Amino acid sequence: MKSGWLLRVLTNALGVLLALFFLLPLLWFVFAPFNERATLSVRIPEAFSLHNFEVVLNNDTAIRSLVQNSLLISGGVMILTALIATLAAYGFSRGSLPGRSIITYVLLLFSSVVTGTASLVPIFVLIYNIGMFNTYQGVILTLVGGMLPTSIFIMRDFIDSLPRSYEEAAMVSGASSLQIVRDIVFPTLRPGVLVVAVLAFVNGWGAFLTPLILIRNAAMRPAAIAFYQFYSDEGTPNIPLISAYAVLYTLPVLILYLIINARYGFRFFGGIKQ
Amino acid sequence: MASINLTQLRRHFGAVKAVDDISLAVDDGQFVALLGPSGCGKTTTLRMIAGLELPDAGTIQIGAKQVTALPPRDRDIAMVFQDYALYPHMTVAENVGYPLKVRGTASSEIRQRVQDVAKQLQIGHLLERRPAQLSGGQQQRVALARAVIHKAQVTLYDEPLSNLDTKLRLEARAFLKHLQREVGVTSIYVTHDQAEAMALADVIVVMNEGKILQVGSPKSIFQTPQNTFVAGFIGSPPMNLLECTIDGSVLRFTDGSRLPWQHALPTTARGTVTFGIRPEHVTIRPIDEPGTLPATLYVTQMLGGESLVVTHVGEQLVSVRLFTDEVPELPTRIGLAFDPARVFFYGADGNRLT
Amino acid sequence: MQRRTTLSRPMSLAFISPAFLLVALFLIYPFFSIFSMSFTNQALTGAAARNPQYVGLDNYANLFDVDTWMTRGEFGSSLWITTQFVFGSALIGQAGLGMLIALLFFRRRDLVRHVVYTLAIVAWITPDVVIGFAWFAFLDPTQGTLNNILSIFGVPAQDWLLQYPLLSVIVFNTWRGTAFSMLLFTSALNSISPSYLETSQVIGASRWQQFRDILFPMLQTTIATDLILITLWTFNTFTPYLLTGGGPSYQTELMSIYTYRIGLQRFEFGRGSAVAVTVMLINLLLASIYLFISRTRKTR
Repeated sequence: MKSGWLLRVLTNALGVLLALFFLLPLLWFVFAPFNERATLSVRIPEAFSLHNFEVVLNNDTAIRSLVQNSLLISGGVMILTALIATLAAYGFSRGSLPGRSIITYVLLLFSSVVTGTASLVPIFVLIYNIGMFNTYQGVILTLVGGMLPTSIFIMRDFIDSLPRSYEEAAMVSGASSLQIVRDIVFPTLRPGVLVVAVLAFVNGWGAFLTPLILIRNAAMRPAAIAFYQFYSDEGTPNIPLISAYAVLYTLPVLILYLIINARYGFRFFGGIKQ
Repeated sequence: MASINLTQLRRHFGAVKAVDDISLAVDDGQFVALLGPSGCGKTTTLRMIAGLELPDAGTIQIGAKQVTALPPRDRDIAMVFQDYALYPHMTVAENVGYPLKVRGTASSEIRQRVQDVAKQLQIGHLLERRPAQLSGGQQQRVALARAVIHKAQVTLYDEPLSNLDTKLRLEARAFLKHLQREVGVTSIYVTHDQAEAMALADVIVVMNEGKILQVGSPKSIFQTPQNTFVAGFIGSPPMNLLECTIDGSVLRFTDGSRLPWQHALPTTARGTVTFGIRPEHVTIRPIDEPGTLPATLYVTQMLGGESLVVTHVGEQLVSVRLFTDEVPELPTRIGLAFDPARVFFYGADGNRLT
Repeated sequence: MQRRTTLSRPMSLAFISPAFLLVALFLIYPFFSIFSMSFTNQALTGAAARNPQYVGLDNYANLFDVDTWMTRGEFGSSLWITTQFVFGSALIGQAGLGMLIALLFFRRRDLVRHVVYTLAIVAWITPDVVIGFAWFAFLDPTQGTLNNILSIFGVPAQDWLLQYPLLSVIVFNTWRGTAFSMLLFTSALNSISPSYLETSQVIGASRWQQFRDILFPMLQTTIATDLILITLWTFNTFTPYLLTGGGPSYQTELMSIYTYRIGLQRFEFGRGSAVAVTVMLINLLLASIYLFISRTRKTR
């Protein structure tokens, strides 16, 4: 069929255009980090070099922000979100509370309404007044609070999909509550916990606005802010530093996403549910 | 092993009377099937015996022990679930050994007993696999193994074969009966499949809408159904039930046709009653033969060793079972003759008239 | 009495309480506290910090002052910029492009599809600040990739962020967020049973007729869901700040950036709260529509 052939050429051409659209703004990151004399242009380096990464390693601010501050904040957000959301979701799913679906809906509603900079105005005042300004805890708790409704929703969905008969079979087999939690509940929940934990980590890792507002102490700021200051504060941006730092900062997120996506797919990406 | 006694057991979900004041005595070592359509209360009854559901009223006794409010683990029971509930993160051996593990049995003894049970259930070669790597039939056996390993006093089955396809289900049914004869433990078996209940049980309990309608051996349930529900539920196809009016020694059917009835009628039978006869007790006669009920041929089905002839009497269908592998050539209009000894009459309340 | 569960009621309450505490503190309390704060002249420093005064509706009157509010850098102007931004980058950009990609690669599993999906997803998940710099470099007037490529076709170099600031952030945000709509539409398309399309093919429907009569009606709720969610997110997004800082001269100052400047840079909490209240009420409206749609879909 002639029209079928033409259609295929047209759709492939459109596909290539779309690929270029998404690729071009990122292309710079493929070459610049390995080019000692990188500029803002995309240039294939004359010689492959790891010099730019050395620049990062020798920059105290860059390293402390990444290895200490960002890791602390995202790690804290990850552990607290996974723990608290799992407990709550299990309580909602397996407990005998009335109105549990209404509660989760109201939670979701609040989390989509109280969001962005608008929510940070009152949160700043709150954090300031309870003495958590300029602390890691303030940033961590704020981020966890914002993550919780979605995380609880994902977790509850996951737990609801596990048959109750697992726990019932264990009860009939003679297991105590503690044994059921240890032997049955926790192992079966693990994949769900993993998804929520990664989601929380990635969110904490990328968070820019919350730490920008709640932490004034330059030594405590995470990599997101350090990176932003590298290209916005000084007169001429330090291109070698920025290019390599971008790679080091982005890579963990990309790897985590790709692993989780390979295993769980869109369920994870969506973060929202029908 | 132990007997089970349910007394005035009740469980309502809001306005739904899932289980409505039922009483039942199960003897030591008996295999009892709770049979009924979905929503009849059979699973709720089973779950109350297991302790997974608590009754609103009534008592449950296992052996000499009152267990009504005890948690499942203090009842010394085992249960096979409809979805098998095999823990996905444990191997087959770990699944089967779990009831022993939670009782603190030494791991060497667990290993030995898992081996023994696995051999008995012919799953020895599967012990290191995970449930996801097993076929449906294999999963079913693993679930059985987990239920028999700790030699509980009572084994409860919640539709354990309903997730298998027809061929596997027949195999599993035979295997289960064989196992039951070997193990001989008191068992309660929930099913909606009357053939399964007939094949397996010592005693069948037919339930509907939260009530027990009849308790008896498979033979007595089949041969003398005590009400129209049991009559219409047991047998494949079930009993023909025809509405008719008693007019002296004549039965008048809804299409106006008349059947002279020279045989004895139940003393309480008068007015409108339900006339019941199993398809195998109906014979086909020429239309003009006296003492037959005129009917219109609807369809004939060859079922292998037998044939099923479906006819119309007015608006009502009457099935006739012929034990022949030759589908007979029949005229459109035929007469139906009934074996009078096999005819039942049911009153307006659905109960058998005697 | 009840179904026996692994958790008793006091236990389930104990399980839920940490979540409840944090949500109350960081979602529910802020929501109600800004209402009361928006009627005061509270600030971080100065006399108003120690002793905030009740000012009634002054803050709101200020925001909605018809004489000044459309001036650049004022509330109305920001709202108008945000409206264009949402319309352009979310409704047309992300949803349109997402649908185009989902349909273009419907039932295809080839290399082109794989490349497009992977790149769109990478654009979506890379941290904000890195993306901000990527576009900063991409649009650079002298060395940027965009101008370099256009020069091949003889187009003279442009200073995109200066000459077309709003258009730039609209394209930027389209690029950034298309993956979500693309994935949502793709999974919705895949969930449509092939027999529907096969039936229409047997009847002899054209491709356009198949889309109009079969696919589109089955995608309607997904489309509505997508539009509302991305509207909500785009309305609140702060990421363009990383590219333009809201400039030049407030031309890309979205509501989120305006709120940030008033409430969190100038620390005028009273006026900032009034802005936040307005933003949250708009969010509430959008979220209610979303929940309404998703609930009706569930009951259908």
